[in-house]
Amino acid sequence: MIAAFKNFMDWIDARLPVTETYEKHMSKYYAPKNFNFWYYFGVLGFIVLVNQLMTGIWLTMSYNPTGEGAFASVEYIMRDVEFGWLLRYMHSTGASAFFVVVYLHMFRGLLYGSYQKPRELIWIFGMLIYVALMAEGFFGYLLPWGNMSFWGAQVIVSLAGAIPFVGEDLAVWIRGDFNMSGVTLNRFFALHVVLVPLVLLVLVVLHVLALHEVGSNNPDGVDIKKNVDEDGKPLDAIPFHPYYTIGHDLPAIVVFLFIFCAVMFFYPDGGGYLIEHPNYEPADPLKTPDLIAPVWYYTPFYSMLRAATFPLFGLDAKFWGLVVMAGAIAIPFVLPWLDKSPVRSIRYKGTPSKVFLTLFVISFFILGYLGTVHPTPIKTMIAQICTAIYYAYFLLMPWYTSVEATKPVPERLTMP
Amino acid sequence: MSEDGADKGRRNFLIGANLVVGSVGVVGWAVPFVASFNPSAKALAAGAPIKVDVSKLGPGGILGPIPAWRDKPIFIVKRSDTMLGKLNSQNTRLADPGSEREQQPEYAKNDTRSIRPDILVLVGLCTHLSCSPKFRPALKPETFDPEWLGGFYCPCHGSKFDLAGRVYAGVPAPSNMEVPPHYFESDSVIVIGEDEGTA
Repeated sequence: MIAAFKNFMDWIDARLPVTETYEKHMSKYYAPKNFNFWYYFGVLGFIVLVNQLMTGIWLTMSYNPTGEGAFASVEYIMRDVEFGWLLRYMHSTGASAFFVVVYLHMFRGLLYGSYQKPRELIWIFGMLIYVALMAEGFFGYLLPWGNMSFWGAQVIVSLAGAIPFVGEDLAVWIRGDFNMSGVTLNRFFALHVVLVPLVLLVLVVLHVLALHEVGSNNPDGVDIKKNVDEDGKPLDAIPFHPYYTIGHDLPAIVVFLFIFCAVMFFYPDGGGYLIEHPNYEPADPLKTPDLIAPVWYYTPFYSMLRAATFPLFGLDAKFWGLVVMAGAIAIPFVLPWLDKSPVRSIRYKGTPSKVFLTLFVISFFILGYLGTVHPTPIKTMIAQICTAIYYAYFLLMPWYTSVEATKPVPERLTMP
Repeated sequence: MSEDGADKGRRNFLIGANLVVGSVGVVGWAVPFVASFNPSAKALAAGAPIKVDVSKLGPGGILGPIPAWRDKPIFIVKRSDTMLGKLNSQNTRLADPGSEREQQPEYAKNDTRSIRPDILVLVGLCTHLSCSPKFRPALKPETFDPEWLGGFYCPCHGSKFDLAGRVYAGVPAPSNMEVPPHYFESDSVIVIGEDEGTA
């Protein structure tokens, strides 16, 4: 039996490098042995991605992407399709879960300097995944054709109108109509279920390939390839499979799925944060909801958009809002070149780095909250301060990472 | 001829020629993909002008939002004499009191931004991010403005407009609300979507 299997694999391997690939990416991919809590979220992102793809494909089987039929078909999925409600809640809860794990995954990168040389490309592919994910969420949110779907998309598409000269025509081009309509819904559907998922999958493959080329970073930011045994295997590393797959990731996946199910079964609308209440009404082009707030994962950027309230250089505040928001998403792309520190991990960086990272995270949370409520003059001012801190974290980084005193990095990994 | 037998000149010519023809091909190939995103003939036809009867509209009242020209909500407001009397009393607080920016046809570029002083026709979308502003006609202090003279308040981002759709200074909206092309077919019927005499 074993001999037969070996013969079979030899036959395959002579034609397709299956064993070689398995070894390169699993059983002989050597990962630092001191991974901690923050290293769960890459694999969790993969789990959520599979969930979104599967439930998404099944949802399209009962969904009707037209202005006339979309809202009713979602109700049909919820009430008449067997287990349709569960497929939809898996998908809607999965969307929020995706952003939770991606934000935590990105924070890990900031914490341990995982974007630093030689991992710049991993970080850039990761940022592209994040942007593609935002696009995917945005297109998908229009599809239920509820009133918040409609007006949320209306506000964001109108943003294109803020671009000088070509803006209005561009907004009409994106919508395919003079106002949001079934035409817009139909094209967003195509982008949501075909184009963006294809792009996402390609980016995920590139992200992992780039990672496995240079190897994983670790909480110490130590280069483990400096200390290798006679076979060239790093002394402070263990094979990804079975040590991390079974010993680290699988239990994490189980715990994650418990939390996921608790939300999905008991709080599928998350108190109005995961599925907003105006979305239980069909889209009405004549009735703006009292408060247009995007889903929670966009609210920090939405706050920044609203924080621009005055014109500058002869251009409207509306245009500057767009610039501030787009800039906030663009700046992290160049993070690998903003960090001038000789050390990677926050464990060995100086106090300024720790203070700035803390302020950055607090600002991000405050902006996220402010994006869900009505603007008042005070709240707008707080949003402006937090936006400034968000930018300062990145723009001042070349300065504070080069002047601060760092601690010496140990030669080998420190184990907890 | 180079020493390994390859004709470099010929190779470069082939590369160059293929690049040129290929570029033209790629541009041509992209045209249908980009152009199909434009409004279709059907969407354009749906943007035809409409007629609205305003005979039942009383002073201080609003017709709308009505789904109208190009599927955009339209507001038709009949302003009372009190409203008109106060309309231009706070012009210093407005960003563009003289309607200098092209947000209205030429015949509506006046103190009341209308053809007839009492009847105001607007596209009911905030010029910030296209929310539909709420009609707050009462001349009384409001939570968002203690000296409110009536007008439109956008709940999304707090933009304020007066009873001529003119934007207040210091709010996110950059310009006055749009006055669509329109004309009076008779005393009580307004045609919205085209100028008089163009049909």
